[in-house]
Amino acid sequence: MKWTRRDLLKGLGGLPILGAVWWAGAASATSSKRERSEILEQLNIRPSLPPTVPEIGGDPVRVGIIGFGIRGEQLCRSLGFATEEWKEEMRLAAEEDPKNKALEDFLRQDKLNVKLVGVCDVFDYRAEKAINSFSTPENKMKRYTTYTEMIKSGDVDAVIIATPDHWHAPMSIEALNNNVHVYVEKPMTHTVEETYRLREAAEQSKAVFAVGHQHRQTLSFSTAKDIVEKGTLGHVSLIQTNTNRNDDNGAWNYDIHEKASPQTIDWEQFLGSAPQVPFNKNHFFRWRKWWAYGSGLSGDLLSHDYDRLNCVLNMGIPEAVTASGGIYTHNDGRNVPDVLQVNMEFPNFSTGSSQVEGKENGMTFCYSANLGNAFNRPTILMGHDATMELGNKLTVWPDGASTKYAEMLETEKMRPHIPIYQYNPSANVPDAISSATSQYFADKGLMWTYIDGVRVDSTFLHMREWLSVIKNGGKVSCGIKEGFEEAIAAHMAGLAWKLGRRIEWDLEKEILKPIEGVDFDQVLLANENWEVKPEDTLEG
Amino acid sequence: MVNETDNRRVKISITLLRIFIGWHFLYEGVIKMYNPEWTSFGYLASAQGPLKPVFSALTDASVMGWVDVLNIVALMIVGITLLLGVFERLGAIVGIGLLALYYLAHPSFPWLPQLNVEGSYWFVNKNLIELVACVLIYNYPTSKFFGLAYFKKGQHLKTEKS
Repeated sequence: MKWTRRDLLKGLGGLPILGAVWWAGAASATSSKRERSEILEQLNIRPSLPPTVPEIGGDPVRVGIIGFGIRGEQLCRSLGFATEEWKEEMRLAAEEDPKNKALEDFLRQDKLNVKLVGVCDVFDYRAEKAINSFSTPENKMKRYTTYTEMIKSGDVDAVIIATPDHWHAPMSIEALNNNVHVYVEKPMTHTVEETYRLREAAEQSKAVFAVGHQHRQTLSFSTAKDIVEKGTLGHVSLIQTNTNRNDDNGAWNYDIHEKASPQTIDWEQFLGSAPQVPFNKNHFFRWRKWWAYGSGLSGDLLSHDYDRLNCVLNMGIPEAVTASGGIYTHNDGRNVPDVLQVNMEFPNFSTGSSQVEGKENGMTFCYSANLGNAFNRPTILMGHDATMELGNKLTVWPDGASTKYAEMLETEKMRPHIPIYQYNPSANVPDAISSATSQYFADKGLMWTYIDGVRVDSTFLHMREWLSVIKNGGKVSCGIKEGFEEAIAAHMAGLAWKLGRRIEWDLEKEILKPIEGVDFDQVLLANENWEVKPEDTLEG
Repeated sequence: MVNETDNRRVKISITLLRIFIGWHFLYEGVIKMYNPEWTSFGYLASAQGPLKPVFSALTDASVMGWVDVLNIVALMIVGITLLLGVFERLGAIVGIGLLALYYLAHPSFPWLPQLNVEGSYWFVNKNLIELVACVLIYNYPTSKFFGLAYFKKGQHLKTEKS
């Protein structure tokens, strides 16, 4: 048998092509892998592992819920208790959009060792809703008409406080004084003076105090902390955080319930220390719009952004705060601003420097909020060596003029517009988020985190941690120190806007630097533009 | 004879098509094989269209690893058979199967969101075109003209005679 050259070419011509393609594929895959590992080795970032907590053993923790409104219901779900109405609503939502996994996520959530024993809400409908949904033959849930009655009953070990802001401190202090554990929504206080009193109460109490900044459980934030601590970004001189919303819900114009009336709402108790105005449904359901009960953008949303960064950088209370803004998008009788810019100065803060010593020091934290446009402006940390975008996802880009990465940039192993690190624990898990406001929170990593690709409600993790500390001791990730810093920072922003002045913090004395003739708390509580429209009132 | 020349041109064209498709499949397979972190999870998890539940089921942790390995093996089978010109009909069938799955996971239906798509398509996309090209290769084998099959059944002797 004799094969000619032509035969060999026709028979084996495919072989060299196969060899070439194989070599090209292998070479390309290995070289990009090598480049990547070179960068990753230099960065040495460790993605955070899911938080683990000691078991919540023994008798169930007996929990009372104070305030069963929108947030109160959410907190109860994180605790493992959902109303029948919500389950039905979510079942229908999932039928309509199979991507809506709210009910599925809820049902999959681990059960916490708790008993919901009591509810306290000044609106009959809400208190009854809680009892109708959560009372079982084995566990009759009790309604308390006042929070003191609940705290002093001896029947609750712990309370969850989800009331308007002006009630946070009085209720927390009362609970702590009676050694009842507290989980309170943010901001933890409504005035500067209360912030000190609450800190004292927490320090002296045997009970565990936690502030509801659930994002401290988000894995991308703990990974971000590692990134910053390793000096990946170099000296961060500017942080930009934003609120971008453009819907009624996001502007706190919540639904007014049809059953609301002076007969079904204990108006006097709702008002508490607030100015005594006649019954007003608008104020009751949309209290976030008035300084008398809420804290506006600064206490409501800036507080999230501030604490998000404080948990990554641990920068503490700003030395000075200035603010500007106004009521530009929702001129509906509210007196809290809907467009707000806050600049917080940290002149002596540094995340480390890759340049000559002393050249870099100090940072501005810039918060910009708008309730009239929902274009997504991400949270950005701007360092000399790199930029980090921080949300549920986390991306790091090298800076073109970086000192630290100069060599890698020169050799084109890094390129300024190509991320050198990306952390996306949710990769490829398609989400469906029901409303624009939820999307806002989800993008910021405030709603959930991902553990092994499975979505986990971060509030659930936050409460689980609190309950575990109650049973086993230890430290909560957002306790009184963190709460104190967050509350003071938020109040400084509120004051700066209201006074149109620079508010300064005295680091040594741990007080706001006094301004002659100004009583800070009076200013914080003051309600300019206080108007009660006749149509809002039912009586008087 | 006119037919003889035409026939030769067609043979060369289809051989080229076969080699290029083989090239494409092999490269895709090798790239994935040499990248241990590669997974089709994202592609399957973001699947659209009527077979979405089927593709989602494949992303289950218990089968995901197998799905990835099978995908690489299938890509390499298509690549090697078409490039070397041996068992090309088997390669073409595997190729048709793979491309059908790729198409169905992300069909170019106008009412579906198009994820990670680089061009504009209306029902017909590149996967579908490559699939039809594999049908042609199945129906018009060229491995005896160019490929290992040339040596089979004394094919070369025949050529020598003519």
